[in-house]
Amino acid sequence: MENKALFEKLSSRLDELSNLPKLDDEKSISRLIEEKGFSRREFMGWAGAMTSMLMLPASFTPLVAKAAEMADRLPLVWLHMAECTGCSESLLRTATPSIDSLIFDYISLEYHETIMSAAGWQAEHNLESAMERYKGKYILMVEGGIPHGESDFYLTIGAHGKTGEKIAREASENAAAIFAIGTCSSFGGVQAAYPNPTNATALSNITNKSVINVPGCPPSESNIVGTLLHFILYGTLPALDAYNRPKWAYGLRIHDACERRGRFDAGEFVEQFGDDGAKNGYCLYKVGCKGPYTFNNCSKQRFNQGTSWPVQAGHGCMGCSEPDFWDKMGIVHEPLGNRLYHTVFGGLGSDATADKIGVGILTVTAVGIAAHAAISLIKKPKE
Amino acid sequence: MAKRVIVDPITRIEGHLRAEVIVGDDGVVQDAFVSSTLWRGLEVIAKGRDPRNIPLMMQRICGVCTYSHYLKSTMAIEDALDIKVPYNAELVRTLMNAALFMHDHPVHFYHLHGVDWVDIVSALSADPAKASKLAFKYTNNPIGTGENELKKVQEKIGKFAKNPQGLGPFANAYWGHGTYRFTPEQNLIALSHYLKALEMQRTAAQLMAIFGAKQPHPQSLVVGGVTCVMDILNPAKMGEYMVKFQAMADFINNAYYPDIIMAAEMYKTEPSVMKPMGVKNFMAHEEFIIGRNEHLFNSGVIMNGDLSKVLEIDEDMITEEATHSWYKDDAPQHPYDGTTNPNYTGYVDGSSVGPDGKMVDSKLINQNEKYSWIKSPRYNGNPMEVGPLASILVGYASGNKKVVKVVGDFLAQTGVPAAALFSTLGRTAARMLQAKLVADNALIAFNNLIENLKVDQETCATYTIDKNKEYKGRGIGEVPRGMLSHWVRIKNGVIENYQAVVPSTWNAGPMDSKGAKGPYEADLIGLKIADLTQPLEIIRIIHSYDPCIACAVHVMDTKGKTLSEYKLDPLYAGCSV
Repeated sequence: MENKALFEKLSSRLDELSNLPKLDDEKSISRLIEEKGFSRREFMGWAGAMTSMLMLPASFTPLVAKAAEMADRLPLVWLHMAECTGCSESLLRTATPSIDSLIFDYISLEYHETIMSAAGWQAEHNLESAMERYKGKYILMVEGGIPHGESDFYLTIGAHGKTGEKIAREASENAAAIFAIGTCSSFGGVQAAYPNPTNATALSNITNKSVINVPGCPPSESNIVGTLLHFILYGTLPALDAYNRPKWAYGLRIHDACERRGRFDAGEFVEQFGDDGAKNGYCLYKVGCKGPYTFNNCSKQRFNQGTSWPVQAGHGCMGCSEPDFWDKMGIVHEPLGNRLYHTVFGGLGSDATADKIGVGILTVTAVGIAAHAAISLIKKPKE
Repeated sequence: MAKRVIVDPITRIEGHLRAEVIVGDDGVVQDAFVSSTLWRGLEVIAKGRDPRNIPLMMQRICGVCTYSHYLKSTMAIEDALDIKVPYNAELVRTLMNAALFMHDHPVHFYHLHGVDWVDIVSALSADPAKASKLAFKYTNNPIGTGENELKKVQEKIGKFAKNPQGLGPFANAYWGHGTYRFTPEQNLIALSHYLKALEMQRTAAQLMAIFGAKQPHPQSLVVGGVTCVMDILNPAKMGEYMVKFQAMADFINNAYYPDIIMAAEMYKTEPSVMKPMGVKNFMAHEEFIIGRNEHLFNSGVIMNGDLSKVLEIDEDMITEEATHSWYKDDAPQHPYDGTTNPNYTGYVDGSSVGPDGKMVDSKLINQNEKYSWIKSPRYNGNPMEVGPLASILVGYASGNKKVVKVVGDFLAQTGVPAAALFSTLGRTAARMLQAKLVADNALIAFNNLIENLKVDQETCATYTIDKNKEYKGRGIGEVPRGMLSHWVRIKNGVIENYQAVVPSTWNAGPMDSKGAKGPYEADLIGLKIADLTQPLEIIRIIHSYDPCIACAVHVMDTKGKTLSEYKLDPLYAGCSV
């Protein structure tokens, strides 16, 4: 019954959207699909995959498909702040055939410095006119931390030397929804690591508007596109965790769905990179995997159309979707162990509960880890 | 009267960049200033941290050349600790590097630089049948240029153009500008490749992710080697690499290569593209281990465009200075001892040519003072160009047979003289030639890896860091944008000092204390601009260097403290020892 109510709510939301004027009568996703040579069946297959990624029942697939078809109604403004362009690059890799790239094409992309043809005055004009024309209607996506306060001059853009902070604040003012794409705009990111020489900060610290954080360094292509779809469907902010991350993507720990979880439970650990344990796919916890402390869906979604992810490549998770992970997660190639998982708030981070659960679980298993570690050493095959 | 023209933001690059020129009544640029307008400070943040954390952190310098800093930072620490990396790991690193070059160069040409050469609006009036035939002039196996395919491309973009909202991401550019040289049919061929390249870049990214876990920001290198031992021992993954590599190589040879031949043919008479460059000193480093002690590209220095002499690089002669950069210490410093203290002086009030040609109030660069977050690197006191052109010229002048062959073929096919390589066109062509060399040769490394795995499966060396010892080391090599070097000192088991001297710093740096200009600025001087409100010529020159500005900006301490005074709070687990 709960599903039925949700289904009805989403249906009426989509009806509402379909009554809005289209940005362009000529183009629709389904028409483009035909032009690109995709069958309706392929499109529905993709919509089904997206539905399950959003943790909606399979019966919602037609709604997701409908939402995708209406994506062209949404003007998108993407700003670059103090960043490395990795999030834009991730967006360009968007998963599965070219279908996601169609969605990318068919969102009305008003401003994106890496992709747009215009430059200088003409580029500034595109931003200003989009903000004016689509006041209250455009989606704002921001990539990069924001140099803040007296040091906001670490970033200026345009012939008038406007600071990044000012531009981001103005663009936030009249956006229909704001997504902080990547760990930098979500939490400040690498430039905000100690001692944060540019006083870089999260987007949420410079605007009073609600900001949905889509962290990761960079977030996977499916988390970026999925977040957008979620907004189209619901018309409201998705369920969020304590760090304002969408629960559908960041609700589980890496560790929970890790392909090497069985090795962890069996106490089979890589002792050092390149050893026999590494060749046999043992758990990477002892060489520093931060999967037990990190909330993200990498172990399910993977990257680059499912090609791989860090644990598969034998490296272990570095915790890149957690706030201040450069400072909190310790040495990349050493385990955190059961030592208190510090946050910059003195161990009382805004997601203290999750922290405690994470640490708690590890404490419980710590005995097991020690015992199994001894076993795995003994069991080490002969040279 | 001379007027200022400002281009800010320069789009279709990585990072935040401004170009400002002074133009005379004749439309010729009299003086030029290029400024980076963002600083992030990663090298300050590196101090006091565990060296094992640093390569992943330095990788975050850039998400475009996402593997370059990861690799050179790892190598810098390996050099400091005197670690010999297993041969398998070296070859896997080469394969990942090949993926990056084969990704980066086509993306640069088609999606960043491309619309400086290709007039998308003109493509709409092309005859697809004629264009389809024309494609065979440049290659025997054209990609994405069948008549029907070209028709579809035209319809797709045509709808865009009719859209009252404009051209979306193509909106408001300099379409119809007088210096575009392609015919409508040639524009259509290139436009089709623009769309095709959007698909291919995903394949190239997967190519890196096979051994790298993901792209951007792969995660399978560690100090001592690589972690992806299961992947290289998995024949299915190896096969996946080979097949995707060949698909990408096919695109480079049958789309990218012919499109550059086409560009050379049409643009070799366009003065703004053929204008001789301002700095004719080049430096490149060896890269791509494809076999034991065998590199694909050469090291060397060429001065004053003299291809008869290739000098060895003397690393002691590399310095950076900050006379016109927003840092306090002006004097040249070797990167091992580089300091960086802030001195932001901002802009001055003035006016520049606005979008409609009228003068408008603007913030101007103060050329007599400091004006950029980029420092000025010098080699033996000289500005140098680094990048694919430098790498190709050094290889060509060194007699590297593979390089001599591709350059020779290119010149023969286009009828362009070797001297014309010293131009914007040469720079753009050299990038493609470098991509071709990688596409044609990197599988040698792949085959050597397979041979070696039969007898040796080592992928990672072990090491210890002695807290009582001091170490220093550097990682130098050739990355898609040119010669990159990372320099590290380690003391008490943590990073004591860290500096990266990157390609875009060499090319985009401001004037030095003697008034000598870096390559970007020097190249702009003397350029004739047809329409001051549409300075396409400026953008085309700047883009030909493939600017990567997050890479290029340097460290400083906002509070003016001495950098070594940073005390790290033990609460910050990542910083504590």
